[in-house]
Amino acid sequence: MPEPEDGLPPRIPAQRGAADARDELPAAPLALTHKVLKSLLGAWALAACSPQETEAVEAHLTTCAACADEALRLRDAVGLLHTDRNLDLDPLLRSRVLQGCLAGRPARIPVPEWAAPYDAETARLDALLNDFGDAEWHAPVRLKWFESEQPVSRRTTVAGVIAHLLSVDALVAMALGLEDPLGEAAPSAGPTERTEHFWRSSHFPPTRRIREPWRDQGHDLIRTVSFAGRGVAELAVPYGARGDKHSSLPLQDSLLDRAFECWVHAGDIAEAVDYPYDPPAAAHLHTMIDLAARLLPGTLAGRRRAGLAAPARHLVRAGTPGRSLRLEIEGVGGGNWYIALDSPAAIASPDRAVAHIALDGVEFCRLAAGHISPEEAAAGQDGDREAIRDVLFAAASMSRL
Amino acid sequence: MQQRLARGEAAALGELYDRFASLVHSLAHRVLDDDEAADRITREVFGYVWENPDAYDPKQGSMRSWVATLAHRQAVHRLRQTEAAALAAGGDGTTEDLEQKVRQASVAARADYIVTSMPAPLRAALELAYFQRRDYRQTAVDLGVTEDEARRRLRLGLQLLSTANTRPVTGASTPPGYGRTL
Repeated sequence: MPEPEDGLPPRIPAQRGAADARDELPAAPLALTHKVLKSLLGAWALAACSPQETEAVEAHLTTCAACADEALRLRDAVGLLHTDRNLDLDPLLRSRVLQGCLAGRPARIPVPEWAAPYDAETARLDALLNDFGDAEWHAPVRLKWFESEQPVSRRTTVAGVIAHLLSVDALVAMALGLEDPLGEAAPSAGPTERTEHFWRSSHFPPTRRIREPWRDQGHDLIRTVSFAGRGVAELAVPYGARGDKHSSLPLQDSLLDRAFECWVHAGDIAEAVDYPYDPPAAAHLHTMIDLAARLLPGTLAGRRRAGLAAPARHLVRAGTPGRSLRLEIEGVGGGNWYIALDSPAAIASPDRAVAHIALDGVEFCRLAAGHISPEEAAAGQDGDREAIRDVLFAAASMSRL
Repeated sequence: MQQRLARGEAAALGELYDRFASLVHSLAHRVLDDDEAADRITREVFGYVWENPDAYDPKQGSMRSWVATLAHRQAVHRLRQTEAAALAAGGDGTTEDLEQKVRQASVAARADYIVTSMPAPLRAALELAYFQRRDYRQTAVDLGVTEDEARRRLRLGLQLLSTANTRPVTGASTPPGYGRTL
């Protein structure tokens, strides 16, 4: 029975096909038309038919050359499907490839070095989201931070976390003159207020559709700072970030802070869907720790004014050496930082170190993100206990929704 | 994108990587079956695109298919080189074995590309039936389509996939500049 190979339905009356099948296959339990048998070839090749249908198809193949030919081709095609397709790319490959490219042909419009952590972290989170189906997008995520000296948490979904990142990244975008993706009705400041507004004002919970605006905004940010270059690094971003004191941050710090938040929340997402997620590249982790260390003296001062930290012991004139705490961060991205204890204006002097904390870099970041409480932080401690407690609590208090 | 690359925007290079790196790497990995070799192909392909953005001709197809072609060709080239060197160094096998191996790797990579590029409804049907071992009736229910439609999608998906076996490695229609290795 000659058949067209072009995939069109055969122009053979169904009646006749059925009759043929009955004549040739008296024992077959199913009498199917040639048209139906042919339509079953794909399912047959994938072993996705009922046993009776499989039997009917195989009986048919002994008598129909065209179908036998196609069946063979389709079964070979099944052999080309692979189960191991989801090989995760090494996230560090990105910077190696980009560096290699830029060595061969230097960029005329480079991405500023201080924007590199944000570029890398947003790309890494985007790659994680790549394979997510609806189930993952709606997986519950518990966001944790430290507020009023207590660990607090809030439930949302993976898509809700991306909505949060979109809402807060927009503060940086708006400082650069980009449009607010939340529209004009949204509060123009305050990461928490903006996120709450977004979550409240949409009638439906966020879906996977949130990925594109978040990603586009990230790309626009990187692109804008690339064109603006050095000039915008110190631009003040009204940010309300990291403790009450720092209502605004220079653009380069705020972008670094967004990189930090992106990593922390990517970690929350990965945990929610049971994926592994590595810390940032060592150099980027180092700059994130450095930012937290730089913000600590100001945060301490704010807490002191609020009565949450011990009073200053030795007031010194601005710009002169004062008491300090040595923060020793172990592991990749680590180093030593001296934190001014009595005034952000004092120089944190190694000579006047009264206490020493040693902890792992990722552990310190988890503390600063409010993911572990100051009491839980597995820190090696030595020296003035009050100073140690104040610094650990100040680090945790920098976290927020 | 092409203009931004030509202008030398590093940000565009980053976006290009984010869009195509997993495609390039997985194609190279399918051909070479080695992580480091696939990393190297990825570096070479993006290096080539970054240094020669004008080599892309939008009239010949999407940027995605261009980048996939570059990756495929470069990986096959590398496989042939590696295998020939092993042969010359007194390894087992014949030149025919080598050609056979190159052909198989090339077909496998092309099949992967076809799967990632086929219309989403066909891919979804194949994924349910093959990866999740659903029969076509369950597949129809999962996709919310008739059983007829589920059978049609499975058959059409496999027909598309089977073209990986028949298309030549270097198509006669390949425009100049597309056929050479990087």
